[in-house]
Amino acid sequence: MSNAAPAAALVAEVLNKSYGALAVTRDVSFTVPEHGALGIIGPNGAGKTTLFNLITGTTRADSGRISLFGQDISGLDPRRRCLAGIARSFQVPQPFAGLSAYENVLIAAAYGRGLSEHAARPHAREALDLAGLTRKADTGAGTLTLLDRKRLELARALATGPRVLLLDEIAGGMTEAECGELIALIRRIREAGITIVWIEHVLHALLPVVDDILVLDFGKVIAEGKPDTILDDPQVTSVYLGPDDAETTEAEA
Amino acid sequence: MSKSALRVTLGLILVAVVFASAPAWAGRADLRLYGEFMSYLALAVLWNLLAGYAGLMSVGQQAFVGLGAYVLFIGVVTLGMSPLLTLPVAFVVTGIAAAFFALLLFRLEGAYFAIGTWVAAESVALVFAGIPSLGGGAGMSLPAAAVRGIADSREMREFVIYWLLCGLGIGTLAAAYALIRSKPGLALMALRDNPMAAMSVGVDIKRIRFWTYVLVAALTGVIGAVIFLQKLRVSPQAAFSLPDWTVAVIFIVVIGGIGRLEGAVVGTVVYFVLRELLKDYGVAYLIVLGIVAILVVTFSGGGLWGLVEKHLRWSLMPTHRKRDG
Repeated sequence: MSNAAPAAALVAEVLNKSYGALAVTRDVSFTVPEHGALGIIGPNGAGKTTLFNLITGTTRADSGRISLFGQDISGLDPRRRCLAGIARSFQVPQPFAGLSAYENVLIAAAYGRGLSEHAARPHAREALDLAGLTRKADTGAGTLTLLDRKRLELARALATGPRVLLLDEIAGGMTEAECGELIALIRRIREAGITIVWIEHVLHALLPVVDDILVLDFGKVIAEGKPDTILDDPQVTSVYLGPDDAETTEAEA
Repeated sequence: MSKSALRVTLGLILVAVVFASAPAWAGRADLRLYGEFMSYLALAVLWNLLAGYAGLMSVGQQAFVGLGAYVLFIGVVTLGMSPLLTLPVAFVVTGIAAAFFALLLFRLEGAYFAIGTWVAAESVALVFAGIPSLGGGAGMSLPAAAVRGIADSREMREFVIYWLLCGLGIGTLAAAYALIRSKPGLALMALRDNPMAAMSVGVDIKRIRFWTYVLVAALTGVIGAVIFLQKLRVSPQAAFSLPDWTVAVIFIVVIGGIGRLEGAVVGTVVYFVLRELLKDYGVAYLIVLGIVAILVVTFSGGGLWGLVEKHLRWSLMPTHRKRDG
C-alpha cells in the first residue's frame, strides 16, 4: 500500500478523522487510476463530503496518506493541493457572491493555473461554456439559481485546470434533460484526460459515467467494485439503496 | 485603458484639481477641514482594503498613525532631518513594524485578531510614553526652525501640508482602484466573498493578507506623519488615539459600505457633513452618529453605497470584469 502504482492518479491510504468520539472517516483507502472515474455513494452522514475535505485539505486527516500521481500531498494546504492538480465542487455552492459568474471562473483560471489575468481569460470563457453558463457570464453569482450555482461550482473547478476533479452532488435537482447534458459533459471531461471522483445520490446520473463505486457507511468503506456488482451486494442494498431509493426519483426535480 | 478606467481616472484628476486649487479660493479654516477630510479619506480607503477585502478586522491601526507621527518627530528633532524626508522613512518603519506584528497577530483569527491588534497598539503607545527623551506622556513639539525647512512663510507651509494630504487622499483612492482592477484585486475580492473557496482555487490567502496588512500599515504611517506635521505637536495619547484613528474610520467605512471602494468615499463625506452640521450641539453629535450607524447597518449590510448599488445599479469606480471585456 505504501507505494502508489505509477498509473494511479489519486490514492488514499487508511484515512482517519474523528471529531471527539465521533469517527467520521474510518480507515478509508482507495485508488483511482489515471483517467478513471470513481463514484462514491452512501447514506447521508456517511462521511462522503468529509472525505472530499480530507482530499482537498480543507480538513486535515488525523492519520493516513493521500497521494496525487505518486506525490504525497497529505501535508499540503488546500491552495497547494489545487496547484498540484486537485479541484472540487462544493456540495453547498460556495460562490464569490459579490462577483459575476465570469469573474468567479476567472479567479480560478488565473490563480489555479498561475496565469496572468489576461492569459486566464480564454480558460475562464471555456469553463463557463462547458458548464453551460455563457449566457449568465456577467450575472452576479449571488443572484444565480441553485442549479446555476452548481454549474458555476463545476465551471470554477474546471477553470483551475485540474488533473483530478472532485464533484460533490452536482446532479441533485436537475431535470431528466439537464441530467443527460451533465452526463455528456462529464464524459467529455473524462475524455479530456481528467480523472474524476464523484459523490452522487442520483444513481442514474452516476452509473453511466463511473468505472468503480465506493460505498461508505458510518465513515467506513463497506463495499467497492463495478457498478453492476455493487448494486447486487446485499450489504449495500440494505444500508443504502433501501432507505435512499426514494431520493433518486425525480421527486426533487 | 478601458473606457470605465479612463472615466474614473479623469474623474479623479478633476477632483484632484478642484481640491488642489482650494488655497486659491478657500479660507484657512476651510483648508484645514478639507485637509482633514483627505486624511480620513485615505485612512478609510486603507482600512476598507484591510477589513473589507482582506478580512483583517484590525482595531489597532492607530499603532501605525502614531508610529508614523513619532518617526517624523524623531527624524526632525533627534536626527535633524527635513520633515518631508521623514515621510519615506515613516513608510518603511511602519511597514517593518507591521511585518513584525503580523508574525504574532496572524496566529489569531476573527475577534481574537481584532483584540490582538488593539493590544499591540496600546503596547506601542506605552513604549513611546515611557521614553523620556521623546517627552514621555507629555509628548513634544516640532521646533519652528525645522518646520521652516518646508517653506518660509506659514501660509505656504500650510498649503504644502494641505497638498500632501490631498495627494495622500486621492492617491490612496486611485491606488486602491488600480489594485482592485489588477490580478491581486481578483484575489482580494475572492477573499472578501469566500476565503475557503479562494483557497481551493489556488489563491494564496496568507500571502495576500500579509502584504495587504504591511502596505496598509506603511501608508497609514505616512498619513500619521503628515497629520502630525500639521499639528506640530505629538503626544502618545493623541498619536495612538483609538477613537480618532480607528473608531471614526470604522464608522466611516461601515456606514459608507464595507468591501466597496465607493464605501470609503461616501462614508467620509457623510461623516464630515454630519460633523459640520452638528458641531454646535456637543454630545448630540455623537448620539446622531450612533443612530445613523445603527440605522444603516440594520437596513443595509452593504452600507449606504450598498443601497445605491442595489437600487440604482450605479458604480462610481467599476471593477467588474466582463466576459467580452
